[in-house]
Amino acid sequence: MHGPDTATGNRALMLEEPLIFEIGSTDTTGVDFEFAGKLDLAGVEQPTPPTPMSETTSRLGAFSRTDEIGLPGLTEPETVRHYTRLSRQNYAIDLGLFPLGSCTMKHNPRLNEKVARMPGFADVHPLQPVDTVRGALEVVNELAFWLVKLTGMHSVAMSPKAGAHGELCGILCIRAALEARGDARKVILVPESAHGTNPATAAFAGYEIEDIPANSDGRVDLDALKARLGPDVAGVMITNPSTLGLFERDLKAISDAVHEAGGFVYCDGANFNAIVGKVRPGDLGVDAMHINLHKTFSTPHGGGGPGSGPVVLSEALAPFGPLPYTARTEDGVVHLVEEEDAVSFAEEHFGGPLQHFGRMTAFHGQMGMFTRALAYILSHGADGLKQVAEDAVLNANYVLRSLEDVLDAPFGHSGPCMHEALFSDKGFAEGLSTLDLAKGLIDEGYHPMTMYFPLVVHGAMLVEPTETESKAALDQFITALRSVAGRAKAGDESLKTAPHYAPRRRLDETLAARKPVLAWKEEDVPPGQPTMSEQGGR
Amino acid sequence: MRYLPLTDTDRSAMLDVIGAADIDSLFVDVPEEARLSGPIEGLPMHASEMAVEKHMRRLSKKNLAAADAAFFLGAGAYKHHVPASVDHIIQRGEFLTAYTPYQPEIAQGTLQMLFEFQTQVARLYGCAVANASMYDGSTACWEAVAMASRVARGKKRKVVLSGALHPHYAEVVKTMAKFTEDEIASAPPSLTPAPDDDGLIARIDEDTSCVVVQYPDILGRLPDLARIADAAHEKGALLIAVNTEPVALGAIKSPGELGADIVVGEGQSIGVGLNFGGPYLGLFAVRDEKHVRMMPGRLCGETVDAEGKRGFVLTLSTREQHIRREKATSNICTNSGLCALAFSVHMTLLGEKGLRALATENHRLACLAADRLAKVPGVKLLNEAFFNEFTVLLDGDARQIVRDLTKQNVLAGVSLGRLFPGNEGLSNGLLVAVTETTTEEDIETLASALEEVLA
Repeated sequence: MHGPDTATGNRALMLEEPLIFEIGSTDTTGVDFEFAGKLDLAGVEQPTPPTPMSETTSRLGAFSRTDEIGLPGLTEPETVRHYTRLSRQNYAIDLGLFPLGSCTMKHNPRLNEKVARMPGFADVHPLQPVDTVRGALEVVNELAFWLVKLTGMHSVAMSPKAGAHGELCGILCIRAALEARGDARKVILVPESAHGTNPATAAFAGYEIEDIPANSDGRVDLDALKARLGPDVAGVMITNPSTLGLFERDLKAISDAVHEAGGFVYCDGANFNAIVGKVRPGDLGVDAMHINLHKTFSTPHGGGGPGSGPVVLSEALAPFGPLPYTARTEDGVVHLVEEEDAVSFAEEHFGGPLQHFGRMTAFHGQMGMFTRALAYILSHGADGLKQVAEDAVLNANYVLRSLEDVLDAPFGHSGPCMHEALFSDKGFAEGLSTLDLAKGLIDEGYHPMTMYFPLVVHGAMLVEPTETESKAALDQFITALRSVAGRAKAGDESLKTAPHYAPRRRLDETLAARKPVLAWKEEDVPPGQPTMSEQGGR
Repeated sequence: MRYLPLTDTDRSAMLDVIGAADIDSLFVDVPEEARLSGPIEGLPMHASEMAVEKHMRRLSKKNLAAADAAFFLGAGAYKHHVPASVDHIIQRGEFLTAYTPYQPEIAQGTLQMLFEFQTQVARLYGCAVANASMYDGSTACWEAVAMASRVARGKKRKVVLSGALHPHYAEVVKTMAKFTEDEIASAPPSLTPAPDDDGLIARIDEDTSCVVVQYPDILGRLPDLARIADAAHEKGALLIAVNTEPVALGAIKSPGELGADIVVGEGQSIGVGLNFGGPYLGLFAVRDEKHVRMMPGRLCGETVDAEGKRGFVLTLSTREQHIRREKATSNICTNSGLCALAFSVHMTLLGEKGLRALATENHRLACLAADRLAKVPGVKLLNEAFFNEFTVLLDGDARQIVRDLTKQNVLAGVSLGRLFPGNEGLSNGLLVAVTETTTEEDIETLASALEEVLA
């Protein structure tokens, strides 16, 4: 604790905020429903007084709810203040550099927020007749068109709700294509450096997972992969650029070998931002790849979502993509193939039956993310997207080379990095870990980098600055990281108790897992904290 | 290029530090033949903010917005009023542009909000624990089926779906089950005034891992959950209750109270707009704490910091993909954090009093609409009980009638023909949803429009 205690627990602009259950009450509300009288304004149409409930009969029957639910309410000013105070305890990209490797946190343009809220996109129902949503369908189709163009693929499934959902979509397309030719393969190969979602996805789709090792360069070991291919292998899942920040030089050779063995290539497109406008994965033999719209096309992460994970597909997998989908016919009209029967549509326009594997979600995907991503693509254009990839790679290499003398870079010898720079904890003083360095960085005013991932590197630190950082912002971050790294090597014990200046000191995550408290209960009010009844609301 | 801060001077200074001759030498690992020589074909060069906004507005105007029509669509997505302060709060950069709260000391805002959200959902559903949200109701429904299979340790392979489960939800479950080898027992819905609970119960046997029932169901009817729960439990199966309209739970008994073991649903109604189908908000809760470690998705838990102050962290992550890889309870990685925030803010503004008033107003207007439509010649009300959505049977193909009515700016509802393509027996059914945004004038407009087309 720095300085004297305060009576409220607040410290200047850092405010302690109780839970809504401690400050709200079940008979307080921030909305008005009662008919409070006419708005007596000249020229304004007057509302009719409502028909009271007593003149109709409730149709709820025996299902009518009588017990108290226990939902606290706050008035509007109290609500706005509660959430504004909470917001001040968050780090965010609007506040500063967010160096999360493989997670890609870049500036979120506000124009995109504005267009997503246009009533023609935000206030339309997914089951409206298609003649009333032609513009929305054009957004889906226009974005789909550019995604196919940018990746050099054949078609795209737009409905997956997030990257991991897209992975599932891609693997299910592979499985459907294999089943269509009567081929029951059981194994998916996954490199050691893969995101945890990759093996989880393949397992959920009913596959057995086998790891593929990396070579000394950090890239997929081509010989090991080739040696494992065979009639039981359905496909491989490869991240390119990889989670070690490297471009998989041999991807084309990998694809050729996998195809020759009768399998398919899934590419985790999480890091597509490093090559957009420079390389098309389709040219490297990829059969399916999801695109995290928030990573490459800057839709906001929102503290954990929503995401959006369209999946681009090769010609071999295109017929197997899920329903619903949109398609533009020769007359220029965009159709939603759901309201229009999929079977007859395919026969009429694709010259053959559709073999879609089914449906992944109730409606058509993340429209709100599509509008944002399309606005981003059009804002950058062909020249800007290429510049995005170049600046992202430039910034990452600048960070890598500026810190190599103080932090071990296990694959620094493997050539330039792509979107992110990888470091390890080698050389830290005994007893100090990557976690301590990360918490020390919080005191410097930064969100820490990705820690302990990829798993193949001890104490891994994955730094991804992205293209929306200026040189000045990078230089300040480098200064901060140099300083904390220096302290970790020198054995500065104060790092063990960092952060010291954040809204909370180091939190006990073990306690949370050992004695889970996952919902608020009245008796959980910590000692010294006033209860709702004592406080009488605020 | 307004989003890219580097200048050419910066770029060359940085290349000097790196020791690279030019930018292309940083792409040296990309094989020459895979590099694009020119710009992406057909994609225009960068555009100004004004130009992009204009383009998007032109596309937006080609759509009929719900607010500009007499609007009666539901079937899993509802038009409710969202207070202005909800959108204001979710647009605060500290929420909008934050990352998943893996660094809890500087993510307490998101974490405390998720803890509050979990508690709100658990109470609404009558459950012990809710997770920190999922993609949407349909995927949450599938995750619940997968969880029931885990609880049964894979020894029970049969999943009994109510025929009156949202057909898209049923399709998602069937799609996924093909790959996990669960057997699905389902039947088409019957156009009866009350759901066929007896038929459903008859399909439950010793091999059943779970029974999935929508409440209220896709036709707006109210199944007897308590009776179905007893029947399921007698055979050692779990009851999964699916709710697509959370506002209803301000007026009807909670699924947890009626014996559902897992309650899932769509949270879009509270705080999240229609958005043409997404992003939405999947809700997921379990009635009994003993099932917590089988749950999918993120969980936020309470703990203390080094000074003993209360704080929040993501917890029980040994269930999750980033720790357990192929042994995870789900491959889900993201959640719908921002939509969960919108839900939580809206729910806080409502409070218990507001939620009940909102539910009452929805039900009152739905009763008025049902009574008025039942008086239209050629229209028959199907439902006995309903909340804010009910089914009417028309003298004619409802799908075509809905399309015809759009010409009069009436979005009349969702035809059962659209929901259940190929099922001729349902083609004259129309699902009509009414909310607090529906006016009595809208109801009159719909009734007269139907009178006209059915005459």
